[in-house]
Parts: sequence; C-alpha cells; structure tokens
Amino acid sequence: MVRKKFNEGLEEIEQGAINIGEMVWTALNNAIDALIHHDLEEAHSVITNDVNINNKRWKVEERCITLIATQQPVATDLREIIAILNIITDFERMGDHAQGIAKVMLRLESEPPMKTLQTFFEMSHEVLSMIKRSIQALIDRDIKESLKIYKHDDVVDNYYNKIFDEILTYEEEKPKRFKVGTYFIWMAHDLERIADRVSNICERIVYLAHGEMENLDTYKPKSS
Amino acid sequence: MVKKSSNVRTKDLNLWFGEKHVLKNMNIEIPEKTITAIMGPSGCGKSTFLRCLNRMNDLILEAKIKGSILIDNKDIYNSKTDITALRKKVGMVFQRPNPFPKSIFDNIAYGLKINQVKKNRIPGIVEQSLKATALWNEVKDRLHDSAMSLSGGQQQRLCIARAIAVEPEVVLMDEPASALDPSSTLKIEELMKKLKNKYTIILVTHNMQQAARVSDYTAFFYVGELIEFGKTEQVFQNPDEKLTESYISGKFG
Repeated sequence: MVRKKFNEGLEEIEQGAINIGEMVWTALNNAIDALIHHDLEEAHSVITNDVNINNKRWKVEERCITLIATQQPVATDLREIIAILNIITDFERMGDHAQGIAKVMLRLESEPPMKTLQTFFEMSHEVLSMIKRSIQALIDRDIKESLKIYKHDDVVDNYYNKIFDEILTYEEEKPKRFKVGTYFIWMAHDLERIADRVSNICERIVYLAHGEMENLDTYKPKSS
Repeated sequence: MVKKSSNVRTKDLNLWFGEKHVLKNMNIEIPEKTITAIMGPSGCGKSTFLRCLNRMNDLILEAKIKGSILIDNKDIYNSKTDITALRKKVGMVFQRPNPFPKSIFDNIAYGLKINQVKKNRIPGIVEQSLKATALWNEVKDRLHDSAMSLSGGQQQRLCIARAIAVEPEVVLMDEPASALDPSSTLKIEELMKKLKNKYTIILVTHNMQQAARVSDYTAFFYVGELIEFGKTEQVFQNPDEKLTESYISGKFG
C-alpha cells in the first residue's frame, strides 16, 4: 500500500514533467507560427501562457520535495526524482526562450518586413523535433535515442552559425535594416539555447536509466 | 604501535543449523577501519553471519560450519584459536543495551579484570573508554551508581565503552540503535563514525537510512546468500543487482 502510493507519486511527477515538455513544445510551435503568420494575438498568448509553465514546474518540484522528505527514496527511485527535478528546470527555461521569441516577434512587427529567412524556420523545425523526441525518450527511458538527440545539437549549432553569416551578409547589403537582422540573431540564439537544454535533458535520461552521470560527448553505455 | 584494526575475510563460508542451510558460500572482504553495514530481510542470515565472526554460534549445538573466516589472516575456526582472545579482539554490541547489574565503573572494569589488566591501570582505561563514547561528562560524578539507572541510549553507549575498553580490533554491532529514540540513535551513529578511525565496525541493521548514513560499505544478504557488496553510495544510488534495488526501494522485504 505504501509502495503503491509511492509509485503513484513517481508516476505523477513523471507525467508532470511530460506535460511541461508538451506545454513548452506548444509554446515554441505557437511562437514560430505567430512569426510565420504575423499573428500578434498568438504571440501575446505565448507570452501570457508562460506563467502556466512556471506554475506547473513549481507544482511538480514541490511534489518531488515531498516524495524525498516522506519516502527517503534510493536507487532508481532517487535517480528518477533527481532527474525529473533537473528536467523540469530545463523545460521551464526552454519555455522562457519560447516566450523570448514571441517578445522579439512583437518588436519585429513594428519594422518593415524582411524576406523570409528560410534557414531560421528550418532551424526551428529541428528544435521542435528535438523537444518532441526528448519527451518520447523520457517516456521510453531510451538511451540510444537520447544519445542521437544529444548529437543532433550539432545540427542546430550549424544552423545558428549559418543564420549568423546570412544575417551579417544581409546587414552589409542593407545596413539600415540592422535592427531586423539583430532580432533574428536574437531569436536564433533562443532556439540554440533551447537545443542545449534538450541536450541536458538527454543527459538526465541516461542518468535516470543507467545511473551514470557523464558527458554524452564521450559516453559509451556500459551495458544495455 | 599496536595494530588496532584488521581485515575480516570469509572464504566459502557455509553454516547450517541442523538441516537448515543458513549461510551459503559467503565470500566477503571487509576493509579495516571502515563501517560495513549488513542489511537484508529478516531471516537472511545477517545476525548469524555477525555471530560467526566471534564464534558466538559455537554455543548453538546443531550449528555446523564450513569454510573459513580470517581475521588478521588467521582462521578463527582453527582448533588452536583461543576463544577468549578472539572475543577480546572482536567485540560485540547487541540490539538491546545489556549492561551488567553492576555500577557504571564495574561494567567497564569487569572485562579488564578478566583480561588481567593491572589494577592501577583500570580507572584510566574506564575514563578513556567513557570519553571515547561521549559518556564521561554525563556520568563522571556517579561512576559508582548502578548502570541500570542510565537511560537506554546511555546504557548502549556504556556497552560500546565496555566493548572498546579491552581494545578490540573489530566491533560487531547487531542493530545497536533499534531500541533507541532518534536523539540517542544519532549519538550512537556519531559515535560509530568516530570509532571507525580506530576499529573495523560491522553493523547489522534493518534501518536502511542508517546504513546509508553511517556506513562506508554495504552488504546485502538474501536467503543466506551475499547478493551484493559495494561502496554504500553506489549500492544506494545505483545497485548492480535487481534484487538489491527491489529490497532497498521497499518493493519486497
């Protein structure tokens, strides 16, 4: 009975983390959507909804603390709670970056429109996919997939460098449009930071599943 | 300088009580001057194992033992072993405090007299032992009062003082704090941490948080077998064996 209640608590925090991840994915998706469709209302809603992500994170964190205080977890149970505590912190910061993109988009709207920056949208597509895959990897405790997602961060970094170069060229050609260019660099930086946070989450999934706290750049699973 | 601690090693240790095979092929090496916790469900053989280490099971007629236990590289089950000398070397503290119905002073002096310590050295050793167990300040003005007048926690610390007065190398503790309140438990745990600088402590406990708090190494026993032995932090964070994981997570036991 006591163990059953503890299991329910563990399921609750895991589900909470998954929900926060989904909320973050939606926030970023909506921010990008707002950018594509010049939808100011949607951008505003991303900004105001961030508080829901923050509140949900506090709620799950509080539940984690209660479980530690009342159940004295060890082994996988302990790792699960510690991993979830870290994962929700990363998700919450990702939500802030999505909100950041929406805020920059509002500023961008007061500027004359710029030619669609295809590379930026490709980058956002990659980041959204990384978030979705990391949520699934968390559900499946999938170490192989976590390693793949982690390595995919390089793709995002390359996009970021490419955008940076494209915008510098653009600003050289149209120096008066430097504000627009800077705004895009700003948003691309938000995307790049989100991908970094996804990488952190992948490290936590490996820790959760195998108990090994290691840099995934050099990580080799000891056993399956 | 006299060597204070020793390694305790068992090789293919098996023990039967009549037909019942209680300890099965135990191979364990306990590093000196550390605290090793032994945990496992009731009936897993942990207290029996502990009692083997100073041949307490000799008192049980139907007990049959095979394999060896090496302390200081000497097999304690060798026919030439002096049992009194062994029990001086390997002291024991039990679950319930069991002071003699004598004065506080005599509780410690008794073992010293048996071991033929010179009379004039006894008061000094009594004081030293009571200081080592942080009891001196609480009892120095009433050393000749009955030990039975002490609280449960004080009685247990007196029993530890009694055990270390004869300068053992190994101290066996069989659930030493299970009959004590949290504050007395804390004192015993702090005492263990202090004593491990001089002695090898082997602790049997049902309290997993206690094992996690105080021990350097943890052994998990299950139905007479050693399932896992490793550094405590590793056993409690990432045990190698599924059975250990299930037990410490409260999934059975």
